Amino acid sequence: MSKDLTIRDLHISVQGKPIIKGLNLSVQQGEIHALMGPNGSGKSTLAKGLMGHPLYEVDSGEVIFDGIDVLELEPNERAKLGLFLAFQYPTAIPGVSLANFLRLAVSAVRGKGANGSEKDGLIPMREFRRELREKMQQLGVDDSFARRYLNDGFSGGEMKRAEILQLAMLEPKIAILDETDSGLDIDAVRIVGESISQLIGPDLGVLIITHYPRLLDYIRPQFVHILLDGRVVESGGWELTQVLEAEGYDPIREKHGIAE
Amino acid sequence: MANSEKNAMEELGISKEYQYGFHDDIEPTFKSRKGLDEEVINQMCDIKGEPDWMRQYRLEAYKIFKQKPMTKWGGDLSQLDFDDIYYYVKASDRSERSWDDVPDDIKKTFDRLGIPEAERKFLAGVGAQYDSEVVYHNIVEELDKIGVVFLDTDTAVKEYPDLVKKYFGTIIPSADNQFAALNSAVWSGGSFVYVPPGVKVEYPLQAYFRINSENMGQFERTLIIADEGSQVHYVEGCTAPTFSSESLHSAVVEIVCMKGSRVRYTTIQNWANNVYNLVTKRAFAYEDAQMEWVDGNLGSKLTMKYPSVYMMEPGARGDILSIAFASKGQHQDAGAKVYHCAPHTTSQITSKSISKDGGRSSYRGWVDVAKGAKGCKSHVVCDALILDKDSRSDTYPVIEIGENDTNIEHEARVSKIGEEQLFYLMSRGLSEEEASTMIVNGFIEPLVKELPMEYAVEMNRLIQLQMEGSVG
Repeated sequence: MSKDLTIRDLHISVQGKPIIKGLNLSVQQGEIHALMGPNGSGKSTLAKGLMGHPLYEVDSGEVIFDGIDVLELEPNERAKLGLFLAFQYPTAIPGVSLANFLRLAVSAVRGKGANGSEKDGLIPMREFRRELREKMQQLGVDDSFARRYLNDGFSGGEMKRAEILQLAMLEPKIAILDETDSGLDIDAVRIVGESISQLIGPDLGVLIITHYPRLLDYIRPQFVHILLDGRVVESGGWELTQVLEAEGYDPIREKHGIAE
Repeated sequence: MANSEKNAMEELGISKEYQYGFHDDIEPTFKSRKGLDEEVINQMCDIKGEPDWMRQYRLEAYKIFKQKPMTKWGGDLSQLDFDDIYYYVKASDRSERSWDDVPDDIKKTFDRLGIPEAERKFLAGVGAQYDSEVVYHNIVEELDKIGVVFLDTDTAVKEYPDLVKKYFGTIIPSADNQFAALNSAVWSGGSFVYVPPGVKVEYPLQAYFRINSENMGQFERTLIIADEGSQVHYVEGCTAPTFSSESLHSAVVEIVCMKGSRVRYTTIQNWANNVYNLVTKRAFAYEDAQMEWVDGNLGSKLTMKYPSVYMMEPGARGDILSIAFASKGQHQDAGAKVYHCAPHTTSQITSKSISKDGGRSSYRGWVDVAKGAKGCKSHVVCDALILDKDSRSDTYPVIEIGENDTNIEHEARVSKIGEEQLFYLMSRGLSEEEASTMIVNGFIEPLVKELPMEYAVEMNRLIQLQMEGSVG
């Protein structure tokens, strides 16, 4: 049965300031949703709040994933349930290679320690290496990535590709992509877009958060939502992106009486 | 590097099994009475059967020691009672301890580190020694062919008196400091290494191999002489906690790097938390020679250790990589000293410290450029990672420059484990503890990657142990 992520009347504040103000949204495994909104509309707050960042205070509402209220769970427990966040600004972890980090993360998420794998609780090295190599080839990521320190000295494009590689390895049920196209030039957007489109299938639900429609050319969403002032104010299909492209956010703001 | 090391070991017929086997022959025992005076020193010389020149050297050093006031800088030494210490215990006496006397937490740590049974007993001071004689014998035979001498210093005094006499105490004179004087008076064990001109020793010489002596003693004395164009890597210590009922460890390590030679000296220190670890380490590097200290300090109550390099002639280079992990009740006062005594000499100091559970780590460094030593370069980087609000980190850098034409850089950073780093790793499924451990391991990676492989693996496991229970 496919899993779904359901957000009901969610309120999130940052340092006492309300940012998300009664947001409703539902994403099913296998569906692709785009959440579009201008700067300051609350996109990144929603992304971090859903993953459980300690500085993002959930004031009220529910986030139900696969029948479980995740709001009381630590970020790692949410990851183990099958939630994934591709960061807008991934953090560098100097001295830790991408491969070493991913082996621990993949083992943690798959619960490898429990069912008869290696005694140190990690997915066997050989198995891991093979899988990593396959995924890197599939996504056209250079071999040297595995040995490099996680996000340390990565270019913007490299960081985003590393995020997508992590997505591919961790095989989440629902992935939130927070402005994965930001800071990338057109070629980089294409590469990242094509990578994501390769991972899309019936087992993956995607919530793409962006304020540019460019990335969406590669990953056609079935559902498009407009986020303004902490709420989803419009939902529709692909045509909504066309409206935005032509007219911008102003007509929608006006329609809903939201000041810029 | 790790591979060629392994191959070299295999060629010598050294396998892990040999390395960890042990036997428990009982040898005659001797233990001096507590406290130190000339009688104790004379008794020690008698038992060792030392030549008169060494006896005189010791007695002279003892005079100097008596005159030196208690060291007031660095860490708190006020609890150190020189009268409550045994200054000479023959190695075999350590087998007097029973395994039951070894504290539970130490036993548990051995378990968790996966230290083999025999090795545990040795490290805990229970077992006699490793049966490393076979291994050691093979190595010595092999080294003999290329003219390398690798002995315990006591034996070297007898077998190579001229070489020892020529260099012993020339790098670190007895009068250098209080603890150098003490060591000079009562030293036992340690290693003596001589590498002839042009010889490159391909595998690290490990103190482990030469175990049937007072290697893990309190007052070991090591002297390494690398002749022109030679190359050697020496490794001492181990990552497993070294349990000692004695509260003072005070070693002296002297190294001579002759023209064009290259010496690396790696230490991992993990003394039990009752030990004052006060060590003087110094190298003289001559023309185009390169000296590298890799120094890891995890254990002890107080460590005061500042490996130093004196660059005596043009082209000499000194690299010091130092790492300290200070946990509850510990003060790691570690650092490095470099003296640019000649023009066009280069040094690099990298210091990393981690403070946790109220532990305190200090970096104490000294960069000195002599007048007329033109075109010298020195680069110092100090990184401190503080894991909680009870812990502390300080830096005490001194830079003395007597020459304008120099290039000295000093960078210092103090960081805490960032919330963003934790969140990032946790969002990928890692627990808070796994995430913190990963960040700390990444932080010390520059040191770990310089270690021989088996040490690197143990080092990572040890950090993991130190981090356990540190969260929530």
